[in-house]
Amino acid sequence: MSGESVIEIEGLVKTFGPVRALDGLDLKVAPGEVHGFLGPNGAGKSTTIRVLLGLLRKDAGSVSLLQGDPWREAASLHRRLAYVPGDVSLWPNLTGGEAIDLLGRLRGGIDPARRADLIERFELDPTKRGRSYSKGNRQKVALVAAFAADVELLLLDEPTSGLDPLKEETFTELVEEFRAGGGTVLLSSHILAEVEKLCDRVSIIRAGRIVEAGTLTDLRHLTRTSVDVTLGGSPAGIDELPGVHDAVVEGQRVRCQVETDQLDALLGALHQRGVRTLVCQPPTLEELFLRHYGDETGDEAGDETGDQADGQRGAEVGETA
Amino acid sequence: MSGLSGSLLLLRGHLRRDRWMILWWSLASAAVFWSQGGAMANLYATQAEFDKAAASLEGNAAFIAMLGPARALDTVGGQAFWQSSAFCAVLAGLMSMFVIGRHTRAEEESGRDELVRSGAIGRYAPLVAALLAAVVANVVLGLATAAGLLALRGDSPLRGMPLPVADSVASGVGLAACGIVFSATALVAAQLTQSTRTMYGIAGIVLGAAYLLRAVGDLGNGVASWLSPIGWYQAMHPYSGLRWWPLAVMLVGAAVGLGLAVLLFGRRDVGSGILAARPGPPTAGRSLHSSLGLAWRLQRGSVIGWTLGLAVSGLAYGSMGDSVEDLVGDSGFAVDAVAGGQADNLLDGFYGTALVMLALLAAGFAISSAGRPRAEEEATHLESVLVAGVPRQTWLAGHLLVTVAGTFAVLLAGGLGLGAGYAAMTGDLDAFRRYGVPVVAYLAPVLALSGLTRLLYGVAPRRLWLAWVALGFCVVVLMFGDVLELPDWMQSLSPFHQMPLVPAEEFDITPFLLVAAVAALLSGAGQMAFRRRDIG
Ligand SMILES: Nc1ncnc2c1ncn2[C@@H]1O[C@H](COP(=O)(O)OP(=O)(O)OP(=O)(O)O)[C@@H](O)[C@H]1O
Ligand SMILES: [Mg+2]
Repeated sequence: MSGESVIEIEGLVKTFGPVRALDGLDLKVAPGEVHGFLGPNGAGKSTTIRVLLGLLRKDAGSVSLLQGDPWREAASLHRRLAYVPGDVSLWPNLTGGEAIDLLGRLRGGIDPARRADLIERFELDPTKRGRSYSKGNRQKVALVAAFAADVELLLLDEPTSGLDPLKEETFTELVEEFRAGGGTVLLSSHILAEVEKLCDRVSIIRAGRIVEAGTLTDLRHLTRTSVDVTLGGSPAGIDELPGVHDAVVEGQRVRCQVETDQLDALLGALHQRGVRTLVCQPPTLEELFLRHYGDETGDEAGDETGDQADGQRGAEVGETA
Repeated sequence: MSGLSGSLLLLRGHLRRDRWMILWWSLASAAVFWSQGGAMANLYATQAEFDKAAASLEGNAAFIAMLGPARALDTVGGQAFWQSSAFCAVLAGLMSMFVIGRHTRAEEESGRDELVRSGAIGRYAPLVAALLAAVVANVVLGLATAAGLLALRGDSPLRGMPLPVADSVASGVGLAACGIVFSATALVAAQLTQSTRTMYGIAGIVLGAAYLLRAVGDLGNGVASWLSPIGWYQAMHPYSGLRWWPLAVMLVGAAVGLGLAVLLFGRRDVGSGILAARPGPPTAGRSLHSSLGLAWRLQRGSVIGWTLGLAVSGLAYGSMGDSVEDLVGDSGFAVDAVAGGQADNLLDGFYGTALVMLALLAAGFAISSAGRPRAEEEATHLESVLVAGVPRQTWLAGHLLVTVAGTFAVLLAGGLGLGAGYAAMTGDLDAFRRYGVPVVAYLAPVLALSGLTRLLYGVAPRRLWLAWVALGFCVVVLMFGDVLELPDWMQSLSPFHQMPLVPAEEFDITPFLLVAAVAALLSGAGQMAFRRRDIG
């Protein structure tokens, strides 16, 4: 990590009447990184982004955006960033093309070639009026406007909600191009596949606080790997090793969960007893997040994240023993 | 059968949502009738005094244009009905428009309607449920009004007391029927366009036209009054030879409106209007270059609509000038405090009142225009603009400029329309200068109301409707201030009350500048507060 942080938040508090939407939130985003911002519904992701945009006034804490104060220097900072909300609402009597031009001109101009290229890549019809666009097409209008802007930072709040898989692919490419050009991205998303593909680091927010932050590899180390082993010798004592949980012993066969940083010790112990077969599964991304989303064990948030990440299960993840 | 299933279920939900709103509108209407009736006893100690006042009112064209045909003004009931009926018919019309709008077009525009329609709900059920809600609302309003009149008791030396029960009931029932007609026209309007804003525009035009047509008719030969639901209501003649058959005219009118709405609804897709949205330009034109350009683009339609509306209203008032003179000829008692006894002054007095009415209409534009930023904010369009690097102040100033310039245009259109109307009837081109242009004096009080709106927008954006209450207050002060003997300090809260009644009274720059300063102060304070608050 070089240079000053692009986003640096410490102890941010934002209340809406009795609701404490942000409760001492800390967030750091370094230049050039794509930072995933994850958390269950109502955790405070959009609120954080709206504070960063100077739309909401913070109640306590410090917030620095592009080394400036997002509340006082809102307008000048906005020229250096672009924002895509998850639920784009367009002017009903302006066409998509007019909206893109308007937003570009408000920033001081739009490159016609870039605009045309983006419209083509997203297959957007710019002649429709705001209210006749479908959900995904509204989203595309905002994405074209954002990627057409010449900026250093993208604040994306569930930007791909409603996009078809092909356009989502286009979005992924555009983010990668943007990062290759030195840009920084804060990406709030519920689509774990997207996060896994794009993000260098992630922060997980729950009830207005960051509960975990780091690279995906870091996070994996905080969770458990499942082990299914058949031994040559007696399995006695395996379940008493440090970091081993939920062990089920059936004759020579042992199934258990092991904290990933204790995996090496477990493998050593198994090796002493002679390994016949061994299946060792790293935690899937869902398991990783469910742990943080749900109450403690993660059984609560299953519905909202599980289905989106289906098919991603077990894919090209981490180290296997 | 199945096309209507679920109507009652929906109706119950609507009434739940609307119950407070219906209650307030009904109380307002009941209070107007009741207080007008009550005021007579306070105002006039003897029947002789009452007769004298009635005779002078009968010849006052300004009041006839504002209120309705002068009938039995020497009775308490006749006076109460005359003073209140047109105003309350407009109240009922506005209530109907909002009840219909929020349960039909607004639901469709937001997409909530689809959730409802996906349930076990007949195709026509949302339409019918909305109309039924409006019918219930109007019935409650009518009953409250009748109850208010029936509650007027007490010994009074004045003629017509106690009020005949049948006439009091008819005043309420007729009012409800009149509101139901406006519900039906609003329902038709809701089928025409995709946008709720445009729907309210169309329904508002219908209401305004109804009010103006009856004014033209009441001053002239009466034909035009028969084109207006308000005219139908007043044709029931409560307290002056009550007749019930105009009630049938209103019910038929409502049925025709409902039929038309159902027909139109059957020909369109849910979510769209009869007037379809066409594709537009793929790139933005030159005017969409700044947040000011956007503000103009967003308000253009409304500025043009209101300008035309005021021009037509002005024309209508202008063309009444002839009838005013006839009325003076007919009536031996055409003497009035304002007119000072001379025919010329009488015309000045009439146009003085007409200009205030036009200014109050223009205030409707000024308030809705100053409230437009809130709609932009609620629809999250504001954040897109801000995030594109536009400072908050610049954005709001763009809307402010459109509001001020638009208000000027709308107001002037009213005045010029009035001049044109009078000139067309009499060939007297001086009417523009004499009766039309002075309307500009009302720029200050109208902008004071828009300044109040801006202050509310900055400080309490959720309470923006209070600006409409303020406008209602100004109307009450103008129409009923003296009859109700509202205390001076209260009347002087209305910025319109501060202004001389041009052209009947001399224009005075001091109150103009004072009120303009208040407007600027309110607006500036709103702008400052907007800088400090959360968006959304
Ligand atoms: N304007 C507001 N007034 C009152 N409460 C609000 C407001 N905006 C947000 N909240 C509350 O703040 C909390 C955080 O909301 P936020 O929109 O930031 O969640 P989120 O993490 O973006 O959720 P999602 O994943 O559903 O988008 C919620 O409890 C929400 O109800
Ligand atoms: Mg959100």
